[in-house]
Amino acid sequence: MNAPVKKQHLIDPEICIRCNTCEETCPIDAVTHDDNNYVVQVEICNYCMDCIAPCPTGAIDNWRIVSRPYTLEEQFSWGELPSQEELPQDEAAGAIIEALEDEVGAILEEARKGLGGKAVAPASASKPTVNLYNRGKPAKATVVGNFRLTDNAAENDVRHIILDFGEMPFPVLEGQSIGVLPPGTGANGAPHAVRLFSIASPRDGEKPNANNVSLTVKREPGGVCSNYLCDLPKGAKVEVTGPFGATFLMPNDPAAHIIMICTGTGSAPFRAFTERRRRAMPQAAGKLVLFFGARRPEELPYFGPLQKVPANLLTQHLCYSRVAGQPKTYVQDRLRQEEAFVASLLKEANTHVYICGLKGMESGVDEAFADICRHAGIDWAALKPEMRGSGRYHVETY
Amino acid sequence: MDGLNVDYTTKIPNNVNLGSDRQVLKALEGWHPGYLDWWNDMGPEGFQESLVYLRTAVSVDPKGWAKFDYVKMPEYRWGILLAPQEEGRNVNFGEHLGEPAWQEVPGEYRAMLRRLVVIQGDTEPASVEQQRHLGKTAPSLYDMRNLFQVNVEEGRHLWAMVYLLQKYFGRDGREEADDLLRRRSGDADAPRMLGAFNEATPDWLSFFMFTFFTDRDGKMQLESLAQSGFDPLSRTCRFMLTEEAHHMFVGETGVGRTLQRTCEAMTAAGVEDPYDKDRVRSLGVIDLPTIQKKMNLHFTLSLDLFGSEVSTNAANFYNSGLKGRFQETKIDDDHRLTSATYPVSKLIDGEVKLVDEPALTALNMRLRDDYVADCAKGVERWNKIIEKSGVKFRLELPHVAFHRHIGEFRDVKVSPEGEAIGEAEWEKGKDQWLPSKEDGDFIEALMKPETEPAKFAGWIAPPKVGIDNKPGDFEYVKIAA
Repeated sequence: MNAPVKKQHLIDPEICIRCNTCEETCPIDAVTHDDNNYVVQVEICNYCMDCIAPCPTGAIDNWRIVSRPYTLEEQFSWGELPSQEELPQDEAAGAIIEALEDEVGAILEEARKGLGGKAVAPASASKPTVNLYNRGKPAKATVVGNFRLTDNAAENDVRHIILDFGEMPFPVLEGQSIGVLPPGTGANGAPHAVRLFSIASPRDGEKPNANNVSLTVKREPGGVCSNYLCDLPKGAKVEVTGPFGATFLMPNDPAAHIIMICTGTGSAPFRAFTERRRRAMPQAAGKLVLFFGARRPEELPYFGPLQKVPANLLTQHLCYSRVAGQPKTYVQDRLRQEEAFVASLLKEANTHVYICGLKGMESGVDEAFADICRHAGIDWAALKPEMRGSGRYHVETY
Repeated sequence: MDGLNVDYTTKIPNNVNLGSDRQVLKALEGWHPGYLDWWNDMGPEGFQESLVYLRTAVSVDPKGWAKFDYVKMPEYRWGILLAPQEEGRNVNFGEHLGEPAWQEVPGEYRAMLRRLVVIQGDTEPASVEQQRHLGKTAPSLYDMRNLFQVNVEEGRHLWAMVYLLQKYFGRDGREEADDLLRRRSGDADAPRMLGAFNEATPDWLSFFMFTFFTDRDGKMQLESLAQSGFDPLSRTCRFMLTEEAHHMFVGETGVGRTLQRTCEAMTAAGVEDPYDKDRVRSLGVIDLPTIQKKMNLHFTLSLDLFGSEVSTNAANFYNSGLKGRFQETKIDDDHRLTSATYPVSKLIDGEVKLVDEPALTALNMRLRDDYVADCAKGVERWNKIIEKSGVKFRLELPHVAFHRHIGEFRDVKVSPEGEAIGEAEWEKGKDQWLPSKEDGDFIEALMKPETEPAKFAGWIAPPKVGIDNKPGDFEYVKIAA
């Protein structure tokens, strides 16, 4: 994160009714008021978000990226909220609030480097809730399911883990992530770092109207958090933060075409996207196209369930790089094979591209798009930033 | 149970350990069917089968108390929710100042305390009764949802008071709890206890004015009761205040959106004179002077709720540590008021003058002053909406002596500017100051329901943000569920 910019919590004076609920609720007295306005003291607020839900108006839920925080006097004098000030390009990189904790913000910033610019949410995406729970006040989730997705014979162990929030509200959108806090401390005595996982279930839960999320977790040799999660029995409690992410979101517009490109556990958000479409708009006019790479079918998470997804809902391109007797096929190879179709979609103004998985896939996919565009007479160097700027190109790699 | 999360294992959701308090649980379960009967008879007319996007508290922790989902109103989880107990809380005013707060009712204050709880409790179902016909003329699904949210929460506030009665006042408490369901707003034989709660709420502008002015009296009363040395009452009222804020919001933004629509329509049609009533009304919006009149009415009815300016009852409540001042603990004085004075407005030789009275007996006056200041700020925010549109008009709160039925000014006629006037002058002016029959007829004619998502009746502007961040076309009420 760039040091000089700060996310400042502000209250919209045009919407606020001065009911004092926020001031009453704030556990550390960061909210104060004069005869004109209720305001948040920037040097006290620790983003605990306790004031957000009780506010009857929504006025409390406003944030600005600032190079110089607004003073109390400035805030007291406002009749309306100032708009987001223009920041230099590099400072503006974090201008959309994906997370309020620097620890998490840094992870997301790293994951979005492949975008080559500022991340923008799709125009028709729902407004996400961000950072409802943090390290100081995590949500306690209960493991209600934990099973292996990859074949028993496969060497990688990828698991589908369902976390239930009981009566605690945990609103999520497809494409958002949650943080998991593994218990205990590292060698230096500090708590283990938070790990982020994309949710694999749609906004209304693993089954409709359940207050839970599912995660796709790969057991990493020696990985603190992945081993902790993969070994959890049913009924175990997990400390969770988030939700995080405000740009890698699904367009609500049923006419939007969505190209999803992933490897391994990068499939998690796309499982959520697909399930959302299936539940909320099964007759959507927009196409849903998946390019999914793995070494072998046995190692492809959700291989079984994917076989049951109807072709009119989802066009699947499963690509394998280690199947004996077959040429190695990576996602970028399949993109090239589907050149005409991909180009036709890229020409449409309501096509959205999402890339999620290992960092290594980024350059190959980018080159494939460049080639496809060149053959179709499209300038990829111009189209990519245009799509990004209009919230239609998204990258989350790790 | 940790006192924050709500126990749903009993029929009545609660965070007061009802599960192990069999006697009170039984009493409340006995009261429950009567409550549901009351809700079905006197609650919102129609729409009882509709799915309404309501918030329900699942915990009194800030994160848990606004859980949104579709609910049929009769299935709303009315529960007993108290703010968490503060370790080492004391009585903060009156003759018991500094003593530990009471967890049980002090014997000598039993009758006084019961009266306080009953008066507060009586207002809660009353407003539901007053508003029961409004659903069918809602100007949008958004507004309809807000109305029903207010209604179910007033219902919950009744539960909150009934819990106190059943738990702490024995047999008398149970009888009082039953009587709360027996009285009816506006009923000739068994009316509600306070005047403003027996007035009709005939249209949506009245509803918005009511939630702005009358529910704000509720806020002031709850805030003073939240100061109580009787800890369960304090904790109950603190949690109710969080809900009450939503009611203020409905009122303030409802009137604000009405003003905005009127100003927009006037500007679009090039009408510059806000008093050109016929032209403004022909645009299908409510003219600003009529809105001023509605405001005059509801403000003054609400002032009456504060009782007599000088009151020994109020002094006794304070002295005994039962009911404090607004934000008592933030006031910098001795919190006993034994020798302090407070200026009280009185009519002397036909003029309204301020006279110093002992601060203890002037507590109603003081609370009313705090209330008027709070109202005035809201009215200024309304004026900003008008000002921004370029229309030349200002709303003004009338003088506190205008149109009063209780207290110092009940027997005199006073103009909105605060001048004592004769009967003849009053008769001449009253239709300019208070809504006339014709004004009421005009507003009533505008009250056409709008039940399509994203659409609003022509007399009111859409809100700036949706409830729970929902988009503009969200279906807040699924009427035919």
